[in-house]
Amino acid sequence: MNNKLFKPNRSAEESLAPGYTFSTVTEDISRIVESKPPQKWWLLFGVAFSFLLVLLGSVGWLFFEGTGIWGLNNPVGWGWAIVNFVFWVGIGHAGTLISAVLFLFRQQWRTAINRFAEAMTIFAVISALLFPTIHVGRVWLLYWFFPVPNQMAMWPNFRSPLMWDFFAVGTYFTVSLLFWYVGLIPDLATIRDRAKTSFRKITYGILALGWRGGNRQWKHYEQAYLMLAGLATPLVLSVHSVVATDFATSIIPGWHTTIFPPYFVAGAIFSGFGMVMTLTLIARNIYHLENIITIGHLEKMSKVILVTGSMVGYSYIMEFFIAWYSGNQFEVFAFINRAFGPYAWAYWIMFFSNVITPQIFWVKKFRTSIPVLFVASIFVNIGMWFERFVITVISLSRDFLPSSWDYFTPTIWDILVFLGSFGLFFTLFLLFLRFLPMVAMAEIKGILPEANPHHEKYHETH
Amino acid sequence: MNKTLGLLAEFENPATLMNAAEKFREAGYKTFDCHSPFPIHGMDEAMGLKRSPIGYIVGAMAVTGAALGIGIQYYASVVAYPHIISGKPFFSWQAYVIITFALFILLGAFAAVIGMLKINGLPRFYHPVFYSDNFKKFSDDGFFVSVESDDPAFDIDKTKAFMDSVGGKNIEVLEGE
Repeated sequence: MNNKLFKPNRSAEESLAPGYTFSTVTEDISRIVESKPPQKWWLLFGVAFSFLLVLLGSVGWLFFEGTGIWGLNNPVGWGWAIVNFVFWVGIGHAGTLISAVLFLFRQQWRTAINRFAEAMTIFAVISALLFPTIHVGRVWLLYWFFPVPNQMAMWPNFRSPLMWDFFAVGTYFTVSLLFWYVGLIPDLATIRDRAKTSFRKITYGILALGWRGGNRQWKHYEQAYLMLAGLATPLVLSVHSVVATDFATSIIPGWHTTIFPPYFVAGAIFSGFGMVMTLTLIARNIYHLENIITIGHLEKMSKVILVTGSMVGYSYIMEFFIAWYSGNQFEVFAFINRAFGPYAWAYWIMFFSNVITPQIFWVKKFRTSIPVLFVASIFVNIGMWFERFVITVISLSRDFLPSSWDYFTPTIWDILVFLGSFGLFFTLFLLFLRFLPMVAMAEIKGILPEANPHHEKYHETH
Repeated sequence: MNKTLGLLAEFENPATLMNAAEKFREAGYKTFDCHSPFPIHGMDEAMGLKRSPIGYIVGAMAVTGAALGIGIQYYASVVAYPHIISGKPFFSWQAYVIITFALFILLGAFAAVIGMLKINGLPRFYHPVFYSDNFKKFSDDGFFVSVESDDPAFDIDKTKAFMDSVGGKNIEVLEGE
């Protein structure tokens, strides 16, 4: 067996531009949260914050007037709110995949992007949770989800996939938040130790919990991190599977299929990596992080997009085959209606964006070109939103009886709430870039060649 | 009145820190600690530390979570509010698997984080090492060994000399109230 394969730090060279030392890593990353944000940051923040205000305004009106302000009609009771929910939850998946699954597989390149991919997960899940919350209409009755004794002597129905969803997404949010925070502790200590003003000293001091980096602490810290990664890995696969069962356990044609859970998970990772790519390119551009987030990282992400995009494409085609093979006339109709019915435009936008676009990543030139990556990632985001639209709205709009069919058209409030959710997401994300270290410094230092006590450089000192 | 709380020595790099850790262990120090900006592989063996028990805590709490999950669902659907829904039995366990699993993960994750903080004694905003200004480097690129005065092998002069002999630089006496 070739022993070189199992040497730690073997991929440090490909994980980071050469020439970094411990202190330049600290300097390059801490500098961002210690200096005034660049003009581009203010510009983006202004736009994002305006959209957040749009969200607050339209949700306020929604609470006052009710869900009637949306374009929901009788067959299509799940409109954009559910489309947006699935869209945002899906995006969250890449963060956990990068932080937990790639950690267990010892993929050291993840260290450059895992921190903000995790942040993205948390903000995406916040945006996602907004939608079922406001979609219930009477938000003040949301506590009915909780299994608590109440004056009505009623309990939730635990056989309902909507209850599963509540627990699965709630757990997912909590675990992602814990994972993110644990990862942040050593880096918060770095910011604390570099702080010049007493306000920063106190704030980051409290957040860092008095971390002092002793090996007696690291030992438990590393074990806890490993445990969290081990717990988050099955969780990330289960969450979107549960979201898929919201659809699959009903009998609506086009929903009632066993391929849904794996197909949703592949789609979630695909869309998540699309969004991570978009955000990475933005953050890299604002803060000039080309040496930390290298072309190598972007290329690896584009390969994940290619693989999961192809899995999604396979699912689209397999759905058609199974519909035909089932011999069920409603099932057959649902799929012909998808591709050639009144919503054919949505289907082909989805198909083009999700199946055709990622195929360009077979070519290395496209995998390493920043403009191509950025445009392709936008297409992935658009395509995955349309996938959820196709699944949710088309199936509902034409179910069994032609007399109950109807065409769904969004109103201005559907559109404003959706755009507003981007405002929420980007406002949180930009604040994160401004106030917290966006790259895991302690982890990056740990994969530098100098971090290995048996590195050749140290041999003469022994 | 300032008391002597311990000693702190700086080391150049992970290799010298690890070398020093072995020496401290052999010299009979029990509660000394090696501070570094990132975890150093092999340091547990060098310091003679046992494996972290966090895995067992997580396991126990995760199983508790699963029991709680299935218990709540059983109580709600069979005891407190028995209703026939789509002709399924009251205790339709297949449908209860997901929430059971979610609570398994949730309590396991809380156990990992709270257990880790508890064992590490965090949050703790006061510690002898924080009396040193030089110690701030630990979170950047500094490597330190600290010996607290409650260590059985602690003796201010002997420990100081020992730190020097194993290659420690900037040796400081940690003093505070």
